[in-house]
Amino acid sequence: MKTRLLAATALTTLAAMAATGARADELTLCWAAWDPANALIELSKDFEAKTGHTMSFEFVPWPNFADRMLNELNSGGQLCDLMIGDSQWIGLGAEAGHYIKLNDFFEANGISMDDFIPATVTGYSEWPKGTPNYWALPAFGDVVGWTYRKDWFERPELQAEFKEKYGRDLGVPATLAELKDIAEFFQGREIDGTTVYGAAIYTERGSEGITMGVTNVLYNYGFQYGNPENPYELEGFVNSPGAVEGLEFYKSLYDCCVPPGSSNWYMSENIDAYKSGQVAMQMNFAFIWPGVHADPNVGGDKSGYFPNPAGPAGHFAQLGGQGISVVSYSDSQDAALEYIKWFAQPEIQARWWELGGYSALRAVVEDPGFASSQPYAQTFLDSMAIVKDFWAEPSYWTEVFEDEGKL
Amino acid sequence: MSAHSITEPSNGQKWLAGVLVAAYAIITILPLLWIIATGFKSSPDAIAYPPKVLFQPTLEGYVNLFTTQTRQSAEFLAENPPTTWYEEIVHDKGMVIAGPSRFGERFMNSVIIGFGATFLSVVLGTLAAYAFSRYRVPLKDDLLFFILSTRMMPPIAVAIPIFLMFRNIGLSDTHAGMILLYTAVNLSLAVWLLKGFIDEIPREYEEAALIDGYTRFQAFVKVVLPQATTGIAATAIFCLIFSWNEYAFAVLLTSGTAQTAPPFIPTIIGVGGQDWPAVAAGATIFLVPVMVFTILLRKHLLRGITFGAVRK
Amino acid sequence: MSQLSMDSVARATPPRLSRRIRGLSDRTIAWLFIAPTIFLLLAVNIFPLIWTIRLSFTNFAANRPNAEVQWVGLRNYQRILTDPDTWATMQATAHFLIWTILLQVLIGFTLAWLINRKFRGNDLWTTIIVLPMMLSPAVVGNFWTLLYQPQIGLFNSIVAFLTGADPTSFSMIGDVDLAPWAIIIVDTWMWTPFVMLICLAGLRSIPESIYEAAECDRASKWRQFWTITVPMVLPFLMLAVLFRGIENFKMFDLVVQLTGGGPGNTTTLTSIELKREAFEKWRTGYSSAYAVILFVTVFGLASIYVKALNRVKDR
Repeated sequence: MKTRLLAATALTTLAAMAATGARADELTLCWAAWDPANALIELSKDFEAKTGHTMSFEFVPWPNFADRMLNELNSGGQLCDLMIGDSQWIGLGAEAGHYIKLNDFFEANGISMDDFIPATVTGYSEWPKGTPNYWALPAFGDVVGWTYRKDWFERPELQAEFKEKYGRDLGVPATLAELKDIAEFFQGREIDGTTVYGAAIYTERGSEGITMGVTNVLYNYGFQYGNPENPYELEGFVNSPGAVEGLEFYKSLYDCCVPPGSSNWYMSENIDAYKSGQVAMQMNFAFIWPGVHADPNVGGDKSGYFPNPAGPAGHFAQLGGQGISVVSYSDSQDAALEYIKWFAQPEIQARWWELGGYSALRAVVEDPGFASSQPYAQTFLDSMAIVKDFWAEPSYWTEVFEDEGKL
Repeated sequence: MSAHSITEPSNGQKWLAGVLVAAYAIITILPLLWIIATGFKSSPDAIAYPPKVLFQPTLEGYVNLFTTQTRQSAEFLAENPPTTWYEEIVHDKGMVIAGPSRFGERFMNSVIIGFGATFLSVVLGTLAAYAFSRYRVPLKDDLLFFILSTRMMPPIAVAIPIFLMFRNIGLSDTHAGMILLYTAVNLSLAVWLLKGFIDEIPREYEEAALIDGYTRFQAFVKVVLPQATTGIAATAIFCLIFSWNEYAFAVLLTSGTAQTAPPFIPTIIGVGGQDWPAVAAGATIFLVPVMVFTILLRKHLLRGITFGAVRK
Repeated sequence: MSQLSMDSVARATPPRLSRRIRGLSDRTIAWLFIAPTIFLLLAVNIFPLIWTIRLSFTNFAANRPNAEVQWVGLRNYQRILTDPDTWATMQATAHFLIWTILLQVLIGFTLAWLINRKFRGNDLWTTIIVLPMMLSPAVVGNFWTLLYQPQIGLFNSIVAFLTGADPTSFSMIGDVDLAPWAIIIVDTWMWTPFVMLICLAGLRSIPESIYEAAECDRASKWRQFWTITVPMVLPFLMLAVLFRGIENFKMFDLVVQLTGGGPGNTTTLTSIELKREAFEKWRTGYSSAYAVILFVTVFGLASIYVKALNRVKDR
């Protein structure tokens, strides 16, 4: 069967090459090393078969991703033709000329940014934000949300006890305060012979972990990056009373309701804690949900998903995810653009979602069947509706460090 | 030396020493055994709460180490039943093998760079050590200290200049570049270790050879080198341990073509989080070559590092 | 070596090669032998060092290669040396350095001394003890995060088993007080064998005859230990300390994987701070100055130390 498949692939390749007469390029796509990246390898086989270009992948682990890739871009490196860079680099990529601008290409090929979830267009593609200047195609939608142990939540004795204690049903929390109650309720409880804890939250300090965690609370307590009327006026916005309260809340959540030793945790550690049955809830990006759903211990009906709960001053969730850009130092820009054109097709995007990649194409997520296609699909939609991203402002870097006088 | 030398420790002493050393060895080997055992655990067992000592062994970790996998729809899985044992392991998790992982490549890079740098450092180190040991080199002590001082710069500090320099001369992300770099870092240790050792080889041997009509160079090759094998072997072990395991330069200076395994292993990602069985499997496989090398040269290890210069 | 074999070896050498090399003076050979080493070290170590020194007087930022580079004189140095964070980092490094060396010397020497009793099977146990040293520090650091996990880690379980405490009652890498010790434990676990090997080599190089003579003088074992064993092993030990000291002063891989410098800044060693400045904040000029300060510190300490070592050697 394999040989047949191979032969078929070869034939299609030849046909494709004959048809377009294009030369076959070797493209390198750079991304972080994680679950969705593996799915992209599988997905890209179709591109290779259709165009005759070969794809190779350079996946750098998250903790080193920014260092390694920014070093590459800053030095004008030609390693990557396509870059699925983190959303907060988009400003740098645009201003320093690392990425090529995609407006003309989109126009020529009938790709419209209106077809993508608006938050992802703003988050992953635009620079300056809010202007129709596109430097990437939204590739992978991601957002911080919560996973919880449905099987524990549904235990009658726990439900009864919770109701007695808090006067409401034990269920998905609507506010952060409720979330803390639940976490407190589970903290230190004996379940099936082991001591369990309330919630695993982001605390990592090496890369961006703690920021990705605490912003989910800060936004909802009234933190803002600056005066909406006057972008660089920070005083009273960044440190507003609400922001202080939010920070205090995150700290109190850490003090009361996390597993011992979780002082330097990010995506991977939270997953371990959740899968090993240590916690009732975990904060984590949506990309892990397919893996949770498939897990032998906590998968299937044992787990549920909910968007980041609201706070007293708003309801937001931290945006993750990335767009795909063409690196301006690449020698194979045409082939790289071809890849983006291929990737933007609705059927490829649908397949992307099937393989565990969160498509940002509205045709995919607004499909009537989408919300019920996976148990977490609705949570993803709800979460994407409330996303907020942090600053992708390259001048922020200059401002801060020049102020500190360390430049 | 007589069998009952007066300085020979008593049997009681030996017994006590043996027990203490064995106790330390057992404690110190535990984390390593845990790593090896984790390589044969399933993902849930690897992070079992509380930790599991007894478990059902599986090769899942090793399969994950060598392949990249993708989740697939139930229909696809049903249509494409697994044909090999490793496909079956992956299939049982609802995944398919998308292709080989890059571990094989990274491992081969480690072999080329690790052994290449070891070879080069030993060769250059022996030559330099011999010259320092036998000839009146001007500013000898200063030069030796200079050689040592090259080890003092933190890799992070010189990474940016080296990165730019390598890029300019086309050594960026190449095996040759990394071999040269590791050789340079190793040379300080190699020269210092080997000089001590060559100092201990009596000069009379070479002088006899010179009287026999050998040139200096011949005397070095035919007389000194064979005498120095022990020291060379010990130096090779230390150089290999360093260049085999180096992380900071590898992570900052290499990517696609010349990256070695140490930056790769700690970052093997499974479904969502860190794939501990695969990490452990990688660590285990990665330990084997350097362990075999050391055991093969073990006889020389102790005698090699006598640092002869230390004692006059 | 016998006269005969010398001749046969000489005859085996191709005449042309020997003639060509015969022409080389001692001086030439000496330089030929040393030159590649010096050249390589100049190219790969000294050239970047000079570059770093040059950058340390500028405001260069590697993430903006096109921005105008200004000379800022000694500003970077001044800022680093007056920054209280620098001193906190230095303190963390000193704590790590002093304790790892102390523990490794104590345990390493004791083990070597015990192994030198030459009990049966000492070869096997020695080989086992040496194994941790061969692992990759980055992998070790990474894996120990799992071992140190209060709920699922082996370390806490074993300590709990031995002391009866609850394994989740303490967190080695999550606790501000314990984290500096957590990194010391792992480094000691990994590198004690290095010190042990070198001490063992030292012990084995002590001629038996010295002890025999002491025995004839009726010197006690205790006295023999302090007057023969310790002074004879000291130069070896000092060399081991020199290499461990240099390595641990620039410690990066193990600790960055294990704690990432946290919690807070409790395990932020100088190299980790340097990495943040250079590759996360991209303050290349500033981080270059930082690197130069570190280099000068190690260089200074090491040169004093090597002088002391030479004095011990010559005694």
